[in-house]
Amino acid sequence: MLNKNIYLILIISLVFAISFWIGFNVNLLPAEASINAPIYDELFKILFIIGLIIFIGMTIAVIYSLFKFRKRNDQIGDGIALEGNLSLEIVWTIIPSIIVLLIGLYSYNIYDRMGGMKELNHNHEMMSSNTEKIWAGISQTSGNEIAINNLSIEVSAMQFAFLFNYPKGNFISGELHVPVNQKVSMKMESKDVIHAFWVPEFRIKQDIIPGQPTILNFTPTKVGKYPIICAELCGPYHGGMRASIIVEEESDYNEWFNKNKKPEVNL
Amino acid sequence: MTISIDPQKTNNESLQPKGWLRYFSFSLDHKVIGIQYLVCGFLFYLIGGTLASAIRIELASPMSDFMPRDVYNQVLTLHGTIMIFLWIVPVVNGAFGNYLIPFYVGARDMAFPRLNAVAFWLIPPSGLMLVASYFVEGAAQAGWTAYPPLSITTPQSGQIIWILSVLLLGGSSIFGGINFIATIIKLRRPGLKLMQLPMYCWAMLGTSLLVVLSTPVLAGTLILLSFDIIANTGFFNPVLGGNVVVYQHLFWFYSHPAVYIMVLPAFGLVSEILPVHARKPLFGYTTMVFSVMGIVVLGLVVWAHHMFTSGTPPWMRLFFTIATAFIAVPTGIKFFNWVATLWGGKISINSAMLFSCGFIINFVFGGITGVALAQVPFDIHVHDTYFVVAHFHYIVYGGTVFIIFSSIYHWFPKVTGKMLNEKLGILHFIITFIGFNLCFAPQHWLGLNGMPRRVAEYDPQFQFVNQISSLGALLMAISTIPFLINVFLSLRNGKDAGDNPWNALTPEWLTSSPPPVENWEGEAPLVEEPYGYGKEISEPK
Repeated sequence: MLNKNIYLILIISLVFAISFWIGFNVNLLPAEASINAPIYDELFKILFIIGLIIFIGMTIAVIYSLFKFRKRNDQIGDGIALEGNLSLEIVWTIIPSIIVLLIGLYSYNIYDRMGGMKELNHNHEMMSSNTEKIWAGISQTSGNEIAINNLSIEVSAMQFAFLFNYPKGNFISGELHVPVNQKVSMKMESKDVIHAFWVPEFRIKQDIIPGQPTILNFTPTKVGKYPIICAELCGPYHGGMRASIIVEEESDYNEWFNKNKKPEVNL
Repeated sequence: MTISIDPQKTNNESLQPKGWLRYFSFSLDHKVIGIQYLVCGFLFYLIGGTLASAIRIELASPMSDFMPRDVYNQVLTLHGTIMIFLWIVPVVNGAFGNYLIPFYVGARDMAFPRLNAVAFWLIPPSGLMLVASYFVEGAAQAGWTAYPPLSITTPQSGQIIWILSVLLLGGSSIFGGINFIATIIKLRRPGLKLMQLPMYCWAMLGTSLLVVLSTPVLAGTLILLSFDIIANTGFFNPVLGGNVVVYQHLFWFYSHPAVYIMVLPAFGLVSEILPVHARKPLFGYTTMVFSVMGIVVLGLVVWAHHMFTSGTPPWMRLFFTIATAFIAVPTGIKFFNWVATLWGGKISINSAMLFSCGFIINFVFGGITGVALAQVPFDIHVHDTYFVVAHFHYIVYGGTVFIIFSSIYHWFPKVTGKMLNEKLGILHFIITFIGFNLCFAPQHWLGLNGMPRRVAEYDPQFQFVNQISSLGALLMAISTIPFLINVFLSLRNGKDAGDNPWNALTPEWLTSSPPPVENWEGEAPLVEEPYGYGKEISEPK
């Protein structure tokens, strides 16, 4: 009996070791390019490790049973008439409940750190009237609040393109340019059907809905060019509905902004 | 004593066709209707599978080059709709439910045989109508979710036929659900207690409750959507002040429980198959019953986890995260109990057992990604990507379809009196298992790295992984060949099965194979311990 327990402990520790090793060494995610991304990847790693432990453990249990308890040719009759084991069943009700609850609390914490629980600014400068309903996207706070002068951009989506309106420069661009390490605040609205704004390297996504503006805030952290992908079926050319977000140093961004800026028209 | 409840008696038997012809008739025999559901469902599975192959051929290259883009959207819409409404739901509920439930409760037929036949005969015409809509003006192309405004702005005839067809199929499903509830509650043989019923009865009771509670909501929603399309009303049309997010709430109020309508019966079936081939009682019967009911209750309050990026308020996101993640608890109990059922058994390694074990492994994987997807911050990145596609195929294919095949291997001798060939069966399992995992496991990576779902073209960096996935799909297509050969060969010259080839204790095996029209020659047996393996009652005679 003692021997059996030693084997069991050995196997369980091996499953844990393998799961942790895979969890820390196998990267399944794209580059991290926003404040959100490392927070997301932290959650992913935890879920990945817990998932691996459960999956590898269950698979070993099933395959082991098939080998160990397979019916040999000379055997007749049935297995043991074991109909249940209350204490065992209580254990495997309570442990998963605790795991699930802890994961839920932890992901609440992650969501809070991403800014999801923060009240969105209802006096958003781009709101056309006070009664307009703004639907929550994911918000974002960076540790150092350089974000007082948010860069505000209006996004309109249509079959099959994104347009980015820079109200301060009075121009519209088909490419989204943003300076690195600055909070960007976008108000998004669709002209026709539902679209979605997704940047995999930022780990954020928000639907763009006709008739109901949504807000999405993010802070890019890495200079580069990343795809903006529509992630909601929007018609025949849905797969081709892509744009680029170009994250650049502030000086490069200002140069680009000033080149495109149009003089304010005073009526 | 004779059984007083006997609806079949009213049925003029001499008017019913005999032999093969009865499968094409308006038969009232629950066994005939069950087989009608199964064969009809399988034919639609072949159509849906062909469409899936077309999708994987298109996705073998990054450009949209195999079919026009709007046809691609029609193909993915039809694939989803056919697989859900014409294959999985009718087969795990209608086919096995009709065949098995009257045996399990000790009745000679379902409670409402005519309603039963009507429920089945709604399926072929609505299915054919759906497929034929391609030839009118093109089929529906807004996905199986038919989100407005896209479903309002795409060509109308296809969308309207789609709505009509789903309404009829939903009606069929509701008729079936009412019938199962009535049969399980009211037609039980005298002396048979609820807690003595085989697990599949509980699964079907829970499923039917979900069907009856949630399908009418889908029906109402689709009727409103059809008004928006043909009568220019503005329920969901933002141009007229409608609200597109309300549609999503109403749609998912049905369509998330629909997942449980597809997997709970499979949970029931596997609970019947494992004890027989492991020669052990089902582990933890009572907790299994409670976990079914727990899944039913929780399943009704998790729908908005499909809408985490739809502009849902934060508190709602949190509530649905917690509720969804908690479904893992009753589901987990069932999986631990099945493994405990195997533990210490005398397991026959045959096709039915292998498909059931494949189901456990695949579904655990899909369940784990499901718990991850329930977490709002996790979901926000992967929502509407191939990660989700991979997740739900692990649930409905790796889970339910594996169990459908397992059940066919298990009950084929019951229905036909012939055994299926084991070598071909094991070959079928191996190709299916490898093909399935090759097809869908890589899709998790695709989703995490930036490939959205429902696209005909994609970033060329994903080509290699997509080709692996398409190779897996090819294997899955090939895997149906040994299965079909097996079925046809065994029907013609299969080994004689005898009445009870597995030495099973559940009531359907306590009669001849195939069973007589009235299910038992004499009185229905009272089976108080359907899982009494290892006890005196199951000693070999």
